[in-house]
Amino acid sequence: MVFMVSTCLLFAQNNNKQDHSGHNHASHSKTEGDHSGHNHAKGDHSGHNHAKEDHSGHNHAKGDHSGHNHAKGDHSGHNHAKGGHSHDAHTNACGFVFDKSEFNPGAVAFHHISDQNIYSIGPWHFPLPCITYVKGKGLDFFSSGKFNADYHGNGTNAYNGFVLYEGTLRKIENPNFPTGLVDIGHHNVKALGKKNAKGKEIAVVHLCHDGKQLACENKSTLDFGLFGGGLTSFYDFSITKNVFSMLLICFLLGWLFFAIAKKYRNNPNKAPSGAQGFMETMFLFIQDEVCKPFLGHKWEKYTPFIMSLFFFILGLNLFGQVPFFGGSNVTGNLAVTAVLAIIAFFVVNFSGNGDYWKHIFWMPGIPAWVKTIVTPVEFLGIFIKPITLMLRLFGNITAGHMVIVIFVGLIFIFGKNGANVGAAWGTTIASTLLTLFMMAIELLVAFIQAFVFAILTASYIGAATEEHHAH
Amino acid sequence: MILLEALDFSPIKPDVGLFLWTSIIFLLFWFIVGKFAFGPIKDALKKRQTDIQDALDQAEKAKEEMANLQAENDKILAQAREERSAILREAKETKDGIIKEARDNAKTEANKILTSAKLEIDNQKKAAITEVKNMTGQMAVTIAEKVLRSDLSESAKQDALVGKLMDELNLN
Repeated sequence: MVFMVSTCLLFAQNNNKQDHSGHNHASHSKTEGDHSGHNHAKGDHSGHNHAKEDHSGHNHAKGDHSGHNHAKGDHSGHNHAKGGHSHDAHTNACGFVFDKSEFNPGAVAFHHISDQNIYSIGPWHFPLPCITYVKGKGLDFFSSGKFNADYHGNGTNAYNGFVLYEGTLRKIENPNFPTGLVDIGHHNVKALGKKNAKGKEIAVVHLCHDGKQLACENKSTLDFGLFGGGLTSFYDFSITKNVFSMLLICFLLGWLFFAIAKKYRNNPNKAPSGAQGFMETMFLFIQDEVCKPFLGHKWEKYTPFIMSLFFFILGLNLFGQVPFFGGSNVTGNLAVTAVLAIIAFFVVNFSGNGDYWKHIFWMPGIPAWVKTIVTPVEFLGIFIKPITLMLRLFGNITAGHMVIVIFVGLIFIFGKNGANVGAAWGTTIASTLLTLFMMAIELLVAFIQAFVFAILTASYIGAATEEHHAH
Repeated sequence: MILLEALDFSPIKPDVGLFLWTSIIFLLFWFIVGKFAFGPIKDALKKRQTDIQDALDQAEKAKEEMANLQAENDKILAQAREERSAILREAKETKDGIIKEARDNAKTEANKILTSAKLEIDNQKKAAITEVKNMTGQMAVTIAEKVLRSDLSESAKQDALVGKLMDELNLN
């Protein structure tokens, strides 16, 4: 832990000296709007503000988001007065500002918990296969190594009309952008604040190429615009970091349990030994504490499903906790928990017997007018149950990952991003202890959440298959 | 507000590709590992549990049987012991009986022998006496004959003869 934190610290220090090393995640994901808010609050980061002012001018020239510039305009005079040096900020040909004086723990945390098209372990990036589908163009298959990502996972090449930003594929909207490999250099991709069709300001990734700003599309997401995503013209079916982690864990679990099953088959009359004994404890715990009490005499039928859920979630929860191994946040991704919840939903409702549906739509033993209240509530309950399953796992795991990143980030906040080495080292000690504590809790959470998901699914199935004799 | 919009909290936006892959991977995991590993492990554990329960039940039963057997053995042993002492007692009684009978027989026989011996002795005695009487008579006759033949002139000789005769007679 101390090693990991101090390594980060050293990177940060180097970073501060070199203009282009580009360590600070925060600066990359920032929009101009972000800077504006910042300046308003502090107003004394002259270098920073100066750079922004340049940018402001640029936007004015374009004139495509005036509301935004107006907000910044308030500060321009002030910034001019300070004017001068810009040792921490870098502006490219399109006026994208890359500021290293700032550390944004939120942005860093979001970057670390996101799914990516590269697998990053420390400073090394391992390419992953990209499978994309673009409406009208069809499927494309290539390696994310083409993008030649920098430390942050920002590609220095464009490939077949795609760029890599924050480790994630983005499609250049302009259909005339040349296909194949195009060198775009360092620091030419950035999320900028733009107004969408509804007048809401959203972050849109832009590529600066040949002095022109080219908007990039995000991949399609299934949130239907609820969380700022939605369906676009481009779908990413790549083997991402999360998919890779899932495959890896499933293979490991499969191999482990096949070996154990073989041991039971070959030596049925021998006492369990080694991994068999260890896994048997967990297996029996779930079988005896979850399956048998909740599923009654049907426990045998559903045990493989509950076990699959439990070990799949547990394996991925624990895999995300392994330091130095990319910290993939699989069970903290809504897509993954949504799939698990939807499968649980189908299993519950396909198992549901007559009594289950009768209790939902025509609860026996209560007056008819009460039924008019109970029925909608019960009906909504069918959907609310899997939604809570989905959100609980997602929230717990994501929060755990973020808290750890933010605790480590405290070093950069108190150490002023490498400027105050003494404070950084002091915070390193405190942060190490906090992170250690948090990781211990996360280890517990990994087990608890897997257990909770399994036990609740079992209880829902149990309720759906229960036979009522009393009525 | 703007800050939050700008930050890309991507894990909450379910990616189509990740959604699809998760579905495929989890369903495969469930069908393959569930069917060929979790199922057999569950069955093996269930079988083992049944076996252990059976073994325990059998051990309990065997223990009970052993206890029963022990009790029976003890009973048989006690019976045997009793029988033995009965046999011994009987033997002793028989022995005593035989000894007593033998003793009685011996006594009777002894008495018989004694009686017959006495009788014999008496008979012998009587015979002896009779013989003595006869002999005495004979002797007396002989003596008398001798006396008669001998010289009875002298008185001393008479006396000696008479004395001699008397001595002989006094023997009886």
